Amino acid sequence: MKMKEKLVVIGNGMAAMRTVEEILKIDADMYEISVFGAEPYGNYNRIMLSPLLAGEKTLEQIMLNDEQWYIDNGIKLHKGCKVSQIDRVKRKVVADNGVEAPYDRLLIATGSEPIMIPVPGHGLEGVISFRDMHDVDAMLLAARQYKKAVVIGGGLLGLEAANGLLQQGMQVTVVHLMDRLMERQLDLPAATMLQESLQQKGIEFLMQAQTDSIVGDNRVEKVRFKDGSEIEADLVVMAVGIRPNIELAKASGIYCQRGIVVNDTLQTYDPVVYAVGECVEHRGHTYGLVAPLFEMAKVCANHLVKMGIGRYPGTLTSTKLKVTGIDLFSAGDFTGDETTDELVFQDKARGVYRKIIVKDNKVQGAVMYGETIDGSWYFDLMRDGNDISEFRENLLFGQAHLGDSGYGEENRISAMSDCAEICGCNGVSKGQIVNAITEQKLFTLDEVRAHTKASSSCGSCTALVESLMAHTLGGDYSTAPNAKPVCGCTEHTHDELRQAINQQELKSIREVMDVMQWKTEDGCSKCRPAINYYLVCKWPALNLDDGQSRFINERAHANIQKDGTYSVIPRMWGGMTTPGELRAIADAAEKFNLQTVHVTGGQRIGLYGLKKDQLPEIWGDLNDAGLMSGHAYGKALRTVKTCVGREWCRFGTQDSTGLGIKLEKMSWGSWMPHKFKMAVSGCPRNCAEATIKDYGVVCVDSGYEIHVGGNGGIKVRATDLLCNVQTEEEVLQYSAAFIQLYREEAHYLERTAPWIERVGLRHIKQRLNEDCENRKVLADRFNYSQQFMQNDPWEFRARGGDANEFMPIKVIA
Amino acid sequence: MDNWVEIGGINDIPKLGSRVVQREQGNIAVFRTADDKIFALRDSCPHKGGYLSQGIVHGDRVSCPLHDWKISLQDGHAVAPDEGCAARFPVRIENGRILLSLLEDSGI
Repeated sequence: MKMKEKLVVIGNGMAAMRTVEEILKIDADMYEISVFGAEPYGNYNRIMLSPLLAGEKTLEQIMLNDEQWYIDNGIKLHKGCKVSQIDRVKRKVVADNGVEAPYDRLLIATGSEPIMIPVPGHGLEGVISFRDMHDVDAMLLAARQYKKAVVIGGGLLGLEAANGLLQQGMQVTVVHLMDRLMERQLDLPAATMLQESLQQKGIEFLMQAQTDSIVGDNRVEKVRFKDGSEIEADLVVMAVGIRPNIELAKASGIYCQRGIVVNDTLQTYDPVVYAVGECVEHRGHTYGLVAPLFEMAKVCANHLVKMGIGRYPGTLTSTKLKVTGIDLFSAGDFTGDETTDELVFQDKARGVYRKIIVKDNKVQGAVMYGETIDGSWYFDLMRDGNDISEFRENLLFGQAHLGDSGYGEENRISAMSDCAEICGCNGVSKGQIVNAITEQKLFTLDEVRAHTKASSSCGSCTALVESLMAHTLGGDYSTAPNAKPVCGCTEHTHDELRQAINQQELKSIREVMDVMQWKTEDGCSKCRPAINYYLVCKWPALNLDDGQSRFINERAHANIQKDGTYSVIPRMWGGMTTPGELRAIADAAEKFNLQTVHVTGGQRIGLYGLKKDQLPEIWGDLNDAGLMSGHAYGKALRTVKTCVGREWCRFGTQDSTGLGIKLEKMSWGSWMPHKFKMAVSGCPRNCAEATIKDYGVVCVDSGYEIHVGGNGGIKVRATDLLCNVQTEEEVLQYSAAFIQLYREEAHYLERTAPWIERVGLRHIKQRLNEDCENRKVLADRFNYSQQFMQNDPWEFRARGGDANEFMPIKVIA
Repeated sequence: MDNWVEIGGINDIPKLGSRVVQREQGNIAVFRTADDKIFALRDSCPHKGGYLSQGIVHGDRVSCPLHDWKISLQDGHAVAPDEGCAARFPVRIENGRILLSLLEDSGI
């Protein structure tokens, strides 16, 4: 048997172990792994040190990998064992107790160390930092024996330490050099509000105070300042910052600046030596938060197991404070300059403040205090560089005000009780999510979804769950990685997937997975339907559709119900029907003894309770009466709702029903990223509710208003007005072009409303209104595609097509 | 009593697909993976009874159509962190024909 290669890991913290976990996930047998950790524990969750200090957590609760984990995974753990030398020539590390370990690959994750200000007296007993378990023990011990604590440093870490000591019953004074707290994350108004809340909790502050010396015989007694004043202290916590721990790397000749310098694959200047975490410097940045460490770990592991995909492009980070009862968010550039605009909202009495920095209609940064529910939204806008001009006037009021779902004021996370329901689909409460995050040690949205199901169904509570995670995980949580992969089977995003299909002309799911280096054999229920859609959209003439990669409703052309029966909804063009059609539907309902006949919201009739093997027969009966599939089961055109319009209504301005029928005849059968609804109203009274549809037409005396991107479901969103046109032909051309743009650009399972919010209405207008040549090209592409799509799937199956799908393989009497 | 029945040929089930054996005591879903392995489970998700035969098959798992639970075809267990188990039925292939035991596997 081939000898396994040896991987030595220096450091046993979160970055190191996350990398090891990622390696084990991809290939558990590749390496013989040994880990050196200076602390005498397994790997614990360092970001939970503050709750540990505040007495809200125990050591056991914050362990991530206990010693059994190392044994179970065949990893040799040298705990309490500090590496003193890396011999890069002989490729081995030497520890201070003499232990040696040879390596083929080396991973350095030595983290960072607290900065101790070298004032006289900094070595006295009772002067500590706030960095590891040892410091927390010292603080807890001091809290039992002593009374007065001084925290030097009014940054994130210092304030969390101060809050913890306060909870332990000490009198706490925070000493800060600057005129405001957290000056790297907060502007003056937010910092002032924060200071006031913390003062109300009982923390005292000495601002603009420069420490001169720490005074005492054996143990600290006083802190003296440059202006000659003094305060008494039994415990001094230095929390003025951290610096990458690079001594070992530097001594072994690995190139370092502020941190160990790594490239986008987390390699140091010595190609067999990798580094991740707080000890590295990447593109000039060092990081002290968890999200970047995890992103680095993922990329680094991928290269260590020689998959060779993925690059780490750096991380945008945001900040939250882990102090119970205080909601605070900060991300990006929050000061701005003469080229930027400041959008500010302040309500002192309610304790709410938010400031958004905008440059060229793009979010550059945000500071929020009091209500932070929209923090993740601003962060997304900033990260994706979205154009906000269309909703700039509402930007400050948050996402809820774009299309008010009516929940806005209820969304203040810290004020919610534990039993408040967060996820209405799956009935998950705030308390259940918080418990899962802390007890199951969850860090990512996907993990929270897997364990609690919260936000895993309709997704409308995603922002709430993300806020809750940020609130629970606190300072080190950053909402999302730079780009969200399609699913766990790949590193690639939806856009990358499409680009590869288009540019490399990929024509099968297998080919896509091979070229894009899928991590699983044949994908999963998330990525396969997505790839299948992208292929069908790109190559309409090639008939590439793979039924086994479709959700059951689209495979069986009917909607599965909770008892396993199916429902059938025939198309009623523009909401119009005839006595003959109604008679055929009534006959079918009686013939199959269907108990539920329901009038749908889209002006059609649904028949419920069919067994799967009855479907082809009822379709045949309905076909005979001229009825066909209504695609009520598909990511496709659903209905075109209309009012009766000019033909009957005394207010009607145009033939809304006739236009609705033309739109439906043009668009049915096309596969889309998600379901698609249209409506045509005959006058501005808008009885057909066209302004909450994906594509809505409101007839006016002078012609037609075209509205896009509405949604009446999960989150109500009124449409944006795209343009006014004068003829039905233009309405039809805009419709074809808009649908095609949506088909080609939206991510699979993205409705038009979030798509437009993501890319901006301006983009849609540029592609459709301003560029009429492009509009025509898009419409032509849609119509070309439609010639292959407009086959009634019911007719084919009623005539015996795809019979295996509907019949049991065997019936046992 | 001979509890083994022949239910059809491998090609009667689509790759990455499933067919149903219908019977009074509850249906059995028979699955075929990409590499032509055949598995059989009770056609009822341990979560809310969804028909696993209607799910998407990937690797040696099926995703339930109702709430997307992943069930292992090998042993019928829900994939962590979900918990639960769908009964498994032994399957044999002889000359390309699928033989199914109607006695569910115990001991898992």
